[in-house]
Amino acid sequence: MNANLKRPAPALEYLTTKKDELIGWARKFSLFPYPFVTACCAMEFMSVSSTLYDTDRFGAALPRFTPRQSDLLMVVGTVTHKQAPILKKVYEQMCEPKWVIAFGVCATSGGFYQNYAALPGIDKIIPVDIYVPGCPPRPEMVIDGIMRLQEKIAGSKHPIVGDKF
Amino acid sequence: MNTALLESLRDALAGDGREASIAQGLVVVELAADALLATVGKLKAEHAFDLFLDVTAVDWPQREPRFDVVWHFYSTRDFVRVRLKTRVPADDPTVDSLIGLYGSAHFMERECHDMYGIKFRGNPDLRPILLYEGFEGHPLRKDYPKRLEQPLVPYRK
Repeated sequence: MNANLKRPAPALEYLTTKKDELIGWARKFSLFPYPFVTACCAMEFMSVSSTLYDTDRFGAALPRFTPRQSDLLMVVGTVTHKQAPILKKVYEQMCEPKWVIAFGVCATSGGFYQNYAALPGIDKIIPVDIYVPGCPPRPEMVIDGIMRLQEKIAGSKHPIVGDKF
Repeated sequence: MNTALLESLRDALAGDGREASIAQGLVVVELAADALLATVGKLKAEHAFDLFLDVTAVDWPQREPRFDVVWHFYSTRDFVRVRLKTRVPADDPTVDSLIGLYGSAHFMERECHDMYGIKFRGNPDLRPILLYEGFEGHPLRKDYPKRLEQPLVPYRK
């Protein structure tokens, strides 16, 4: 079989690449975060979103307090087993495309809560794009995480019509 | 610290099978489980211990009887605390509930029941408060495995 038959025409391929670049550029600067804030990392989250560190520079400043209007889920703090069904429900309510940042070591791996109460990392129940460790993470680390997420968004495919285009 | 007040409290609470002492600035009373309601009623009525601070337990796995149940009370008139301790065995860890005397005992006793499995006779609502329905065992008992989890959401592969 000739494998070339399955490839799209060069012009279409060029167009797809340019479309992905354009949409990626647009999406990476319009992240609407949903802060799922459960613990002390919230203090650092407030710090990183307010004037001094200012996530507005990355287009990620406008927290939407409903998961249906947001495309970045920031899980800030310890998630307990009792809280896990709520996190799962929030994640499932978000529309595609959606990304998840695990903010702080508790959301990343459970941190030092290795016991009956805490979920050992939110990636046990939902997929995670960026892990920001630290207890709590410095705002610079969070900004680094957001920038890496932007790189990821800019470099990934953004199908808008079906799977191919 | 009002030493004279503490000493008079200690002397008032000792006797009738109760042992009272002063430790760390509060009066500690060790008593039998069936003397609890009478003692707390006396504390509240005669000594103005109007604030119920906490009820918790201590697990001594090697000891018989296995559990200490510990109550703390505070007097907003005299600004002193008192601690009551009693021992209950593992096969019947039951003490009397204090909900008739202190409304806040509802929640405290639920938590103690969650964590240690202490039963409070007379408390009609011992549903889980910090844990969740379906949680098996009592996590602050020494024989609960340290890393045992009981997740509500199945883990991803």
